[in-house]
Amino acid sequence: MSTPTETLMPFDEAMERYEPVLGLETHVELGTASKMFCGCPTTFGAPPNTQVCPVCLGLPGSLPVANAKAIESTIRIGLALNCSIAEWCRFARKNYFYPDMPKNFQISQYDEPLCYDGYIDVEVDGETVRIGIERVHLEEDTGKSTHVGGATGRIHGADYSTVDYNRAGIPLVEIVTKPITGTGRLAPQVARAYVAELRDLMRALGVSDVRMEQGSLRCDVNVSLMPRGGTEWGTRTETKNLNSLRSVERAVRHEIERQAGILDAGGRIIQETRHFHEDTGTTTSGRSKEEAQDYRYFPEPDLVPIAPDREWVEKLRAELPEPPSVRRRRLQAEWGVSDHDMAAMRNADAIDLVEATVKAGAPPADARKWWMGELARRANESGKALAELPITPEQVARVCELVASGQLNDKLARQVLEGVLAGEGTPDEVVERRGLRIVSDEGELAAIVDQVIAENAEVAEKVRNGKIAAAGALVGGVMKATKGKADAARARQLILEKLGVSG
Amino acid sequence: MSAITRDEVAHLARLSRLALTDEELDHFAGQLDQIIAAVARVAEVATDDIPPSSHALPLTNVFRPDEVRPGLTPQQALDQAPAVEDDRFRVPRILGEEA
Amino acid sequence: MSELIRKTAAELGRMVASGEVSAVEVTQAHLDRIAEVEPKIDAFLHVAAEAALEQARAVDERRAKGERLGPLAGVPVAHKDIFTTVDMPTTAASKILEGWRPPYDATVTRRLREAGLVIVGKTNLDEFAMGSSTENSAYKPTRNPWDLTRVPGGSSGGSAAAVAAYAVPLATGTDTGGSIRQPAAVTGIVGTKPTYGGSSRYGLIAFASSLDTPGPFARNVLDAALLHEAFSGHDPLDSTSINAPVPPVVEAARQADVSGMRVGVIKEFVEGEGYQRGVLRRFTEAVELLESLGAKTIEISCPSFAYALPAYYLIAPSECSSNLARFDAMRYGLRVGDDGTRSAEEVMALTRAAGFGPEVKRRIMLGTYALSSGYYDAYYGSAQKVRTLIARDFEAAFQQVDVLVSPTTPTTAFKLGERVDDPMAMYLADLCTIPSNLAGNAAISVPCGLAEEDNLPVGLQIIAPVLGDDRCYRVGAAVEKALEDRWGGPLLKEAPSL
Ligand SMILES: [Mg+2]
Ligand SMILES: [Zn+2]
Repeated sequence: MSTPTETLMPFDEAMERYEPVLGLETHVELGTASKMFCGCPTTFGAPPNTQVCPVCLGLPGSLPVANAKAIESTIRIGLALNCSIAEWCRFARKNYFYPDMPKNFQISQYDEPLCYDGYIDVEVDGETVRIGIERVHLEEDTGKSTHVGGATGRIHGADYSTVDYNRAGIPLVEIVTKPITGTGRLAPQVARAYVAELRDLMRALGVSDVRMEQGSLRCDVNVSLMPRGGTEWGTRTETKNLNSLRSVERAVRHEIERQAGILDAGGRIIQETRHFHEDTGTTTSGRSKEEAQDYRYFPEPDLVPIAPDREWVEKLRAELPEPPSVRRRRLQAEWGVSDHDMAAMRNADAIDLVEATVKAGAPPADARKWWMGELARRANESGKALAELPITPEQVARVCELVASGQLNDKLARQVLEGVLAGEGTPDEVVERRGLRIVSDEGELAAIVDQVIAENAEVAEKVRNGKIAAAGALVGGVMKATKGKADAARARQLILEKLGVSG
Repeated sequence: MSAITRDEVAHLARLSRLALTDEELDHFAGQLDQIIAAVARVAEVATDDIPPSSHALPLTNVFRPDEVRPGLTPQQALDQAPAVEDDRFRVPRILGEEA
Repeated sequence: MSELIRKTAAELGRMVASGEVSAVEVTQAHLDRIAEVEPKIDAFLHVAAEAALEQARAVDERRAKGERLGPLAGVPVAHKDIFTTVDMPTTAASKILEGWRPPYDATVTRRLREAGLVIVGKTNLDEFAMGSSTENSAYKPTRNPWDLTRVPGGSSGGSAAAVAAYAVPLATGTDTGGSIRQPAAVTGIVGTKPTYGGSSRYGLIAFASSLDTPGPFARNVLDAALLHEAFSGHDPLDSTSINAPVPPVVEAARQADVSGMRVGVIKEFVEGEGYQRGVLRRFTEAVELLESLGAKTIEISCPSFAYALPAYYLIAPSECSSNLARFDAMRYGLRVGDDGTRSAEEVMALTRAAGFGPEVKRRIMLGTYALSSGYYDAYYGSAQKVRTLIARDFEAAFQQVDVLVSPTTPTTAFKLGERVDDPMAMYLADLCTIPSNLAGNAAISVPCGLAEEDNLPVGLQIIAPVLGDDRCYRVGAAVEKALEDRWGGPLLKEAPSL
């Protein structure tokens, strides 16, 4: 891999001299049960070549048949992005040879996308930016190559490669923006906010699990610079396969700094694909193509045209969920949380979970506290997404209820959550099995308080003499004696009563 | 005037992943030139007002339900492969990346 | 020689069902005949004697158990080696697929098995069905049973020769530009191109997806209809398959009546150069015969048909350039030049250069050219417009007539080697058959006599509208019946015995 010797121009300076133009192409793997053109399953992480058939292996004689659910999902995405839905359109073959592509053509769409000409609004720094959507179309994913030998496991310098076709033929929706202009220094954030908004939208529609780290949402970013006051766009580069929101933002920022540096030095931007490196935050050139690609698109003769019924399209439109941005504003108002807290919940993918927990009866503040506190910590430790934790919002709501009714304190509640996560059962079962219910029997608690006072006569004396702060040590003693199962507030009250002082 | 040059035929061979010899290139250049000259006649009647037909019949909306169907076992899938490693198809080294 | 091989498929099916003869006996008789004629005609790429006898035994067992058998159970069939078969290699007559064992059966294969037909082997063809003489097979040319120095037509020449040589009563073929009708015509048998989408393409190794159509070969019209019915019908695995019942082809073949039918003679296909005199003579007589049988004949002009051949030689190569891209040495088939240093791209190019024959390479490059940016509109795009015009010509014609007729081919069987290095001359063999592939409608070829100058068979093409396949059989059977009455038996009786 070559090290770039280009001099970057600091971002602020670059923004004084140039206006960035962005374009984003996002690929979303649909969460259908079967592949786009065959009945193979789509489960992530299956052993190699266990989810293949003659069709997705491109065996001679095999033929594709389009997945109805994938068509429907694409139309729903198009409608949610305010697109027009084609009256009649076709699949096309995109012809190029590549070992991870079984037929050496990709079934895609060319000049007749299923959905076109829409927009989506995203918010950045309190400003609303409208991003035009050029097209939304449907295509199939490729297989996955593993590069063997060579120094780095990268494609370059490898001795040979091995290919797993489990992913070949999984439905991919490609969403292409119109050129995004006029965003100035907000450009990197706008790119990030757009992808985040798409992600939320896909989730709201239930069409994809949008796990960027598993590649089910990936993004190519086109960046070019135009001198301030100019009218002609510069040459663009395309940075491929960005798989986190942070990478999207960093890649745009880096390309702006890099291109500005080159232009400033009197250089010329080469139209090329580039690869982003997480570790350094920089991009490097992909293979520069000696000859322009000629994909020889033509209508896919093995599939017949799609002519979505207008009534059906209107039905799908009527059934669209509330847009994520509207929903976020509504929930924020309902829950009474700050912008900052709402953003934190969004970043942690906690909004759905908190909402479900509230729906199951928990007060919003409690639901947020557990998901963003103890559970977020647990998820972090195990390297899982919050939603992947083996606990349901209903179970979290039950824990909130047990705390509210005084049957658990926070410390015990944490143990209950731990038990649920460890697979010990429902919150009530964990409470039962671990014996975590708070000591609420007044007589029992009074006896323990007496015992603790007796064992700590010196401290008790201090309290009697008015040093009320010292009562904390006695409360601690009660908690220790009950293994944390006492209601600390009630214990403190009892101690003060018995020592003749009022708190 | 020839419809297609030998260089163009060489380019087509490259695009089609056909490692042709110089002799073959010469031979095909002559034949393709003749064929292209003959088939170019289609343009005579292909006026702007005629819609193109990509299919023999005007069928639309043929879909399958989103249901999982049994496919091949990895043994069946890999059985005819020229080279296999770790239940994957082993292929010669791949240069660069496309698309 | 066993008399069984002279029987029709319908008779054999009846005899097996009634227990008059066992399926094993029928199969063995045909395997013996194959062994006898195969050295002369080279119709087969693979003869599956053991598998065939096993299938025959299964039919006999079903009968023994009292199961009701279908009309073709126990009848031998030869299968064009372009359909996948799990129990036999499938090569498309190409070196690039030498020895390939598919892990799945084509829908047509599966339906043959379900109907109890006994698949005796896989027949030779032009590589990937590209050709009109079966000389483009990577393995061997097939010879015409009428004259071993001549071609059996193509691409389904192996199937046609096997049927004409009494090696099998039935065979499958595929018709992309005439690849069933043309070999049927030049070998003196019956061959049908069903309506596109009427028979499934699933498991048929694609040449040109929008044109390829599986269809039957037989020595008579009724047998062809029986086989047509056995493997046709809607297939959810083929998106272009028509979801409608199979037209009543068997009933139509039995009806064999043309009285009151309106028959159009395609003006463009009896005028012009390149037609052999004897071919036109037999064709004219056939038209007169139809009139004598009570049909009304009129001349119909289809002006766009003159552009069918050039349109076809853009559309078919374009689709094939893409369809054949999958033969790349990565997942199955031949791999050449993988010495550990070469890249995948180089190995692909070396393998494809070694694995494909000249006609396949020619068409791949022609198609690649026609689809290239900058040329697309002038070539592929224009060809698609011609396709529209041809469909319109048919539509207008079928407003006036029930069927159209023409000679199936401009000439009788030509000599081996005669056109092999003159692609344009070879392409002319499909002049009359191509329009129906472009428009997707049904057509059949039935024998209508021998050309006097060479004593070789001439075919009459009968063309019907989309899903009007039954009309082809109705008219074909009427012509066949009248001619056999005149000749005192089938035309094949005239064939020099092998
Ligand atoms: Mg794409
Ligand atoms: Zn599959």
